[in-house]
Amino acid sequence: MDNKFAARRRRDLIIAAVLAGLAALAPLLVKDVYVQNILILTLMYAALSQSWNILSGYCGQISLGHALYFGIGAYTTELLFTKFGVLPWFGMLGGGVIAALIAMGLGYPFFRLRGHYFVIATIVIAEIGLLLFQNWEWAGAAMGITIPIRGDSWLKFQFLRTKLPYFYFALALCCLAWFVTWWLEDSKWGFWWRAVKDNPEAAESLGVVVFNSKMGAAAVSAFLVAIGGAFYAQFLAYIDPESVMGFQFSLLMALPAVLGGIGTLWGPVLGAAILIPMTELTRSYIGGSGRGVDLIVYGTLIVLISLALPQGLVSLLSRTKAKGATR
Amino acid sequence: MTALLETRGVWQRFGGLVANSDVSISVGRGEIVGLIGPNGAGKSTLFNLIAGVLPPTQGSIWFDGEDVTRMPAAERCQRGIGRTFQVVKSFETMTVIDNVIVGALVRNTVMREARRKAHEVLEFTGLAARADVLASDLVPAEKRRLEVARALATEPKLLLLDEVLTGLTPTEAQTGVALVRKVRDAGITVLMVEHVMEIVMPLVDRAIVLDLGKVLVEGKPAEVVRDPKVISAYLGDRHAVGA
Repeated sequence: MDNKFAARRRRDLIIAAVLAGLAALAPLLVKDVYVQNILILTLMYAALSQSWNILSGYCGQISLGHALYFGIGAYTTELLFTKFGVLPWFGMLGGGVIAALIAMGLGYPFFRLRGHYFVIATIVIAEIGLLLFQNWEWAGAAMGITIPIRGDSWLKFQFLRTKLPYFYFALALCCLAWFVTWWLEDSKWGFWWRAVKDNPEAAESLGVVVFNSKMGAAAVSAFLVAIGGAFYAQFLAYIDPESVMGFQFSLLMALPAVLGGIGTLWGPVLGAAILIPMTELTRSYIGGSGRGVDLIVYGTLIVLISLALPQGLVSLLSRTKAKGATR
Repeated sequence: MTALLETRGVWQRFGGLVANSDVSISVGRGEIVGLIGPNGAGKSTLFNLIAGVLPPTQGSIWFDGEDVTRMPAAERCQRGIGRTFQVVKSFETMTVIDNVIVGALVRNTVMREARRKAHEVLEFTGLAARADVLASDLVPAEKRRLEVARALATEPKLLLLDEVLTGLTPTEAQTGVALVRKVRDAGITVLMVEHVMEIVMPLVDRAIVLDLGKVLVEGKPAEVVRDPKVISAYLGDRHAVGA
C-alpha cells in the first residue's frame, strides 16, 4: 500500500546519496584553500540549519537563540580539552548532551509561551549565555581559549597542513543531520511535530502530548547544533564568546532554512548552498570598503528571493515537478 | 450497565458568567445523543469540559467508569474520547492522509500500520480520493469530514461532534447524517452538538436541551420538540403560550 509515498522516500534517499558522493569528490577538483574554506562553511551551515529546522521548521517553535547551543558545543569541547585533556571527540558528544539538557531545561518554562513571545525569549536567553561566557574567568572570559597545537592528528581532530579532514567531517555532519531529518519525517515524532506546528489544540485532541513533542524536538535540534559548534571550535583552533556564540550564528542557522523552505527536508541544504557562498563572496569582493556595502547587497538578495519565492527555493523544484507530472 | 459518559453536577464559571450550572447528563453505550439549545446555552462549554480543554469549576466527569475530571485532553483521547471542532482545525500544511495519520498514531505505533488505518478511515468517510490533497485545499464540507475522519482514526469509544452538520448545503448535510449513522453502526457512541433542530432530531436517539447553562429538558426527540419549555427557549414565551 502507498507505493507512491515509499517511492518518494526512496528517491530522496538516493538523491542524497548521490549528492553526498559528488560532494565527497569535490576536493579532487578544488585545490584552492579559499574555496575549500567556503565549501566547509557551506556544509557546516547546511548541517546547522538542518538541525535548526527540526525544532523551528517541523515543530514550528521559531528559535533565534540557537547560537547558545552552538557555543555550548564549542566551549564544552575546548574546556574539556584544555583543562582536562579530554579528546575533542568525547567533548563533542558531551557538548551535545549538555546542550540537549539545557534546551529541555529552557523549554520547560518557555514552551508555555507562544509565537513571538517564544522567539523573544530565545533571543534573550542566548544573549544572557553570551554575557555569562564573556565574564566567566575560568573559561577565558572575553579573551577566549586558544587551542594548543599538537600537530596533525585524527585523535585530537586537529589539522594544520590541510583542510580536507574538516571538509569530510563537515560533510559527514551534514549527511547525519539530513538523515536524522529524513528518518524522523516518517515517524511518530515527525507527525506530532507538524501537527503541533499547524494546530496545537487539534493535536492535543488527537492524543499528541504537545509539550513533550516540543521538548523532543528541542533536544535533538540542540544536540546536533552543539556537535557543529564543537567542530567549528576545532576548525578555528581559537574561540571566544563572540566568535562562537554571537547572534549572527542564530541568524545564519535560520536563514538557509527559511530561504530554502522552512519545515522541508531539502530546504536547509538548498538554502545553505546558495546563501553561504553568497555571504562569503560578497564579503571578500565588496566587503573591504568598510562601509558595509557587502551587507547591503547581501540583504537585498535575501529580500528579493523571499519576495519571489515566499515558500522557499524548494517550491521552485516542486512546481516544475508538478508540471512534469501533468504531462 | 453503567453509562459510558456521565457529568455530575458540573459548573463552569468564566468570571461573573456562569456558562454551565449544575449540569448532570449521561450518555449510554451505542447511543446517538443530541445536545441542543439556543446560542449561548453553554453547549460548547460543556463539550470542551468533556473533551478536556479545561477542567470544570466544580463537579466531576466520568468516562468508562473512571474519573477524568482533571485529565488532560491528550490522555482522554488515549482513553477513547474523540472530538471535532466547531471551527475546523485542520493541519493546513499537511495532506489529508497525513492529517488522519496523526490520529491513527494513538493506537498504532508502527508507521506502516498507522498509514493503513488512516487509509481505512478515509475509505470509511468517503475522502479516499482526496488523500494526497493539502488540507488547506479542501472545500468546507470536506474539511468537516476530515475532522470526523481524524477523530475516528483515534478509534474512540465516544465521538464528540461539534456542529459538524451546520453550514452545509442540504445534500451535504444528508451525506453527513448518513456518516453519523454509519459511525454508530460501527459501535461508536456519539454525542453531537447542533442547533439546527430539523437536521438532528430524526438522527438522534435522545436529545438533551440546554438553556442558560442548565439542562432544560431531556428525552425522545419527538417529545422534546413539543415541550413548551423548549419552544419558549427557542422562540420566546408568546409562542409557547400559543402552543
